[in-house]
Amino acid sequence: MKWYITKRLLMLIPVLLGASILVFSLIHLAPGDPARTIAGEHASIQTIERIQEKYGLNKPLPTQYWIWLKQALQGDFGRSIVSNEYVSKEIWHRFPNTVELTLLAMFIAIVVGVIAGIVSASRQYSFLDYGFMGVALFGVSMPVFWLGIMLMMIFGVYLRWFPIGGRISIMIPFTRITGFYLLDSVIAGNWEAFISALRHLILPAVALGTIPMATVARVTRSSMLEVLRQDFIRTERAKGLSERLVIYKHAVRNALIPVVTVIGLNFGLLLAGAILTETVFSWPGLGRYVVKAVQMRDYPAVQGCVLFFAFIFVIVNLITDIIYVYIDPRIKYQ
Amino acid sequence: MEGNMQIKKESTGSELLRRFKYNKSAVFGLIIVLFMVFCAVTADIIAPNDPYPSPPVLANKLKPGFWNDNGAEGMPLGSDGLGRCVLSRIIYGARVSLTAGFVAVAIAMILGIAFGVLSGYFGGWVDAVIMRIVDVMFAFPALLLAIVIVTVVGQGLEKAMIAIGIVYSPQMARIIRSSVLYIKEMEYIELQKAIGSSHWRIILRHVIPNSIAPVIVYGTLMLATAILDCAALGFLGLGAQPPTPEWGAMLSNSYSYIVSGAWWAATFPGIAILLSVLGLNLLGDGLRDILDPRLKQ
Repeated sequence: MKWYITKRLLMLIPVLLGASILVFSLIHLAPGDPARTIAGEHASIQTIERIQEKYGLNKPLPTQYWIWLKQALQGDFGRSIVSNEYVSKEIWHRFPNTVELTLLAMFIAIVVGVIAGIVSASRQYSFLDYGFMGVALFGVSMPVFWLGIMLMMIFGVYLRWFPIGGRISIMIPFTRITGFYLLDSVIAGNWEAFISALRHLILPAVALGTIPMATVARVTRSSMLEVLRQDFIRTERAKGLSERLVIYKHAVRNALIPVVTVIGLNFGLLLAGAILTETVFSWPGLGRYVVKAVQMRDYPAVQGCVLFFAFIFVIVNLITDIIYVYIDPRIKYQ
Repeated sequence: MEGNMQIKKESTGSELLRRFKYNKSAVFGLIIVLFMVFCAVTADIIAPNDPYPSPPVLANKLKPGFWNDNGAEGMPLGSDGLGRCVLSRIIYGARVSLTAGFVAVAIAMILGIAFGVLSGYFGGWVDAVIMRIVDVMFAFPALLLAIVIVTVVGQGLEKAMIAIGIVYSPQMARIIRSSVLYIKEMEYIELQKAIGSSHWRIILRHVIPNSIAPVIVYGTLMLATAILDCAALGFLGLGAQPPTPEWGAMLSNSYSYIVSGAWWAATFPGIAILLSVLGLNLLGDGLRDILDPRLKQ
């Protein structure tokens, strides 16, 4: 197992190196002189040359890549063209918000999805089964940004249960400690801030969680049905175990193995979904930052964020694979 | 799913058709898809209004539809922020979105088949190089990579289609590769080699035709996600540009109006996306069950 994890970690190095080359070359293939973008349209040639000098844009591309990579490995992605802040600082400032959003979304997806899947499978072809699976079918086909808008409209604009955007009410004083709003407000004992932060979190998290929820429900159901048909379940029933015990003690455990894979795969998709959800709800996270950076052609920020996203993405995928091997002894790892 | 790609050899066209007819959800999916295609093809005839009247009739701005007595006349689903008929724009949008999805998937298929076949058939360093590139592309969430490509090549519908086609191609390449790996061990390929057929002949006449079933199934399912992602790029302002009646862009231009109570302009384009994707998902799942009965429960 240790050897497997080490090997997988080592395999990440060429992938991430490749990803960095891809991101770097894509951005530098972009038409238009980045120095001119920074300087503005009416800048003089001297200004542009000075900027090229400052950002190292007059050096040959491989040299620029090498410098960028060396700095990136130290967590330095350069300065944003728009805000002149360090990109790494901008990322760290926003990343906790994206983490809070994706974690709650995934939590909702897993809890609701697994329960719906189990209930559907244990009452196959019942009214509940058709109901859940019908909803799940719509869930996997829904554009996440549209769902976000609909939730915002119904629960934010009409019913006024939840705020329609932002991270926390601006009326509430808040001190930043770790950057995780929920955690920070608990540490500070600021319950007013906690409630506000949670209320802002719910709609985006539900919107983002719906698609993985639907997938999890579908996979749980089919996996449960598969397990329930197996001999050992028949034996359990023949032994006279109650149906509840058969399902929750024996079937669920075995049925959840494929569900874990699906959850892992969906974690990656959540990162992409977060880009859209954060845009809809003006959520101050990394996804919205990427979109803004792209729109402003803030190349250092785009490079930094995309590489950071890729890093998180491959790590999450790796963790999924490891958990998968860990919980299912039938899988051999070489 | 790999390894389950081969179809049963004895399946004939009529047997497939019979199985298709008994698959209710596949038929339902097909009906939705055909309806969308019908809207796209006949948009000029069935759309009640001009999707982009010029100059815009701002007096008609954000009027509700049939559900309200003061609704805009002749606009059953109301009007958008520039006084344009939402229904007509959705109908024309079917043309835009379906074409976009289709072109994106076609690009993904061409690239995916080319690289997948090269990789699977020749193996060795060709395989190693291609698969490493695929690994690198898999290190990014697809939508994010598409966003980066659009940043580089510029915004717009055509560029969004190309970007999505490129980011989907690794998936296709992997599917084709695994299917080719299986087929190339078959005896009829060995026979072709023995009688001295060229590699290209074997690839074009035997390998590709026999690995096409999974391509159709995944192509259909991919079409669903391609439409979603094209709409997502449109929504982010990186895909179709105004005044193109693209569903995602329509949503993004009108969702700020929900605060003032004009819910229809943002609601209906989303329903159009939802329906198309739902139809394609049902059809794709159905085709998979039909073309590969062993996967069916």
